[in-house]
Amino acid sequence: MTALAEDIIPRFARGVRLREDPVRGGWSLLAPERVLTPNPVAVEVLKLCDGNRSLSEIVDELAARFSVDRARIEADVEALLADLRAKRMVELL
Amino acid sequence: MTAPPPLAMLAELTHRCPLSCPYCSNPLELDKRSDELDTGTWVRVFEEAAAIGVIHLHLSGGEPGARRDLADLVRGAAGAGLYTNLITSGIGLDRPRLEAIAEAGLDHVQLSIQDVDEAAADRVAGLAGSHRRKRDFARMVGEIGLPLTINCVIHRENVARAGDMVHEAVSMGARRVEVAHAQYYGWGLQNRAALMPDREDALAAGETVERLRAELVGTIVIDYVPPDHFARFPKPCVNGWGRQSLNITPRGRVLPCHAAESIPGLEFWNVAEHSLADVWQNSPAFNAFRGTDWMQEPCRSCARKEVDFGGCRCQAMALAGDPRATDPVCSYSPLHHLVREITGGTHEGEGWTPRGREQRAKDEPIPLPVS
Ligand code: SF4
Repeated sequence: MTALAEDIIPRFARGVRLREDPVRGGWSLLAPERVLTPNPVAVEVLKLCDGNRSLSEIVDELAARFSVDRARIEADVEALLADLRAKRMVELL
Repeated sequence: MTAPPPLAMLAELTHRCPLSCPYCSNPLELDKRSDELDTGTWVRVFEEAAAIGVIHLHLSGGEPGARRDLADLVRGAAGAGLYTNLITSGIGLDRPRLEAIAEAGLDHVQLSIQDVDEAAADRVAGLAGSHRRKRDFARMVGEIGLPLTINCVIHRENVARAGDMVHEAVSMGARRVEVAHAQYYGWGLQNRAALMPDREDALAAGETVERLRAELVGTIVIDYVPPDHFARFPKPCVNGWGRQSLNITPRGRVLPCHAAESIPGLEFWNVAEHSLADVWQNSPAFNAFRGTDWMQEPCRSCARKEVDFGGCRCQAMALAGDPRATDPVCSYSPLHHLVREITGGTHEGEGWTPRGREQRAKDEPIPLPVS
C-alpha cells in the first residue's frame, strides 16, 4: 500500500455517520446497508475525522493522547483510512 | 427466550407503484390506499423501532413517492435517530419533493433500474420513457448531494448485461450497486418460467460481476446476490428468521420477511394493536422459526444450520409445501430434484404477467409529474 500524504484531510462521505448505539452500547459507523463496529482505537481515530484536521494532525493528537510511537499510530490510521476509502465511506481531500 | 435487537426494518409505505415489474416482491394481494397507515402511526413505529435497536430504516413500497407525506415520514424517522434509506423507482418524485426529503434528513437513495437497454428496461417496467426518467432522477440525486445506490434485478432477459448494469451505475454517479438475481416469490414465482436464466448465463453473470468488483475498488461498491437455485447451499434468508430484520406492510402487519404472508397459518400482529417491542419478542409469526428447534432433518443434524438457518421458509413452503422443510434449493434436501427440474427444464420464455395491474387500476392512480 502506498503511504498517504501527510496533509490530506479525511472526512466521511455523505451518508456515512459515526454514532453511539444506545441499545447495544459502543459506537457504530453507518453507511448504506452497512454497520461497522469499529474497535475503541478506531473510534478515537474516526472521531477526529471531522473534515478539518489533516492526517498528520490526527496522528499527532493520538500520539500525544496515548503516548504511543508516532510511526505505529500513523501506520494504523493509514490502514484504517485506506480501507474505508476502498469501501467509499471516507473521502481524502 | 429473548430475541436479540433487530438491525433493520423495511417499511412498505404503500403498494401503489407506477411500474409493474414482473418480479415484484410485493404480494399478489396488494393493500389498498384506504388501508394504509397514517403519518402519525408510522412515526410512532419509527420511534419504537429505534428504541428496540433498529439502525437502518428502508422506506419502500410500491413507490414510496406515492405517499404525499413522505417528507414528514423521513423527518420523523431521522428524528428518531434511524439511518434512512429511500428505495424508489425514481418515477413520481420531482426535484422540489426530493429536496424537501433531503432536508428532512434522508441519508441515502436507492434507485432501481430494469436494464441498460432503454426499450428493454421500459418493457420490464411497463412504462414508456421510464429508463430515461431514472437517468434524470439519478442526476438530480447527485446534484442535491445525496449518496446513491443503484439496484437491478437480474433475470433471463437481462442476464447477459449484468456487467453493463454495473457500468451504468457508475455513470449514474452511484457509490454502490446491488446486482441481485430475481427471487421467486409472489410475482416472481408466478413468472418464474419467463424469468429464470439458464445455468451457464447465471454463472457467467456472477463471474463478470466478481471481476468488476476487483477492478472497480474505490470507484463503486458492488453487492451481488447470487441465484440461489444454482447454488449448492441455500441463502441464509433474512440472516435467520426473526434474528435481524422486520418488515411492515402498508396496513401495519409486521412480518419477519416480505413474503411471509405466503406461509399459511402464521399469526401476524399489527402495529395498530401492539407495540413493536411486543411484536418483535412475542408475536407468534416471529417465534415460529426462531432458533433451530423447529427444524427437520437433514437441517436438524447439519453442521450448517447456524450458517444458513435451513434456507428460506417461504421457498420451502412454495416448493416443498412445508415451511419447516429444508429449503429444496439445498443439495442435501430430499426434494432437491424439484429445483433441478426447474433450473434444467425448458423455458417457455413466453412473456410474463405484469405485476398488480388489476389492483392498480382499481386503486387511485399516482401522480406522474412530467420531467
Ligand atoms: S441441510 Fe439445512 S442446514 Fe444443512 S446446508 Fe442444507 S439447508 Fe443448510
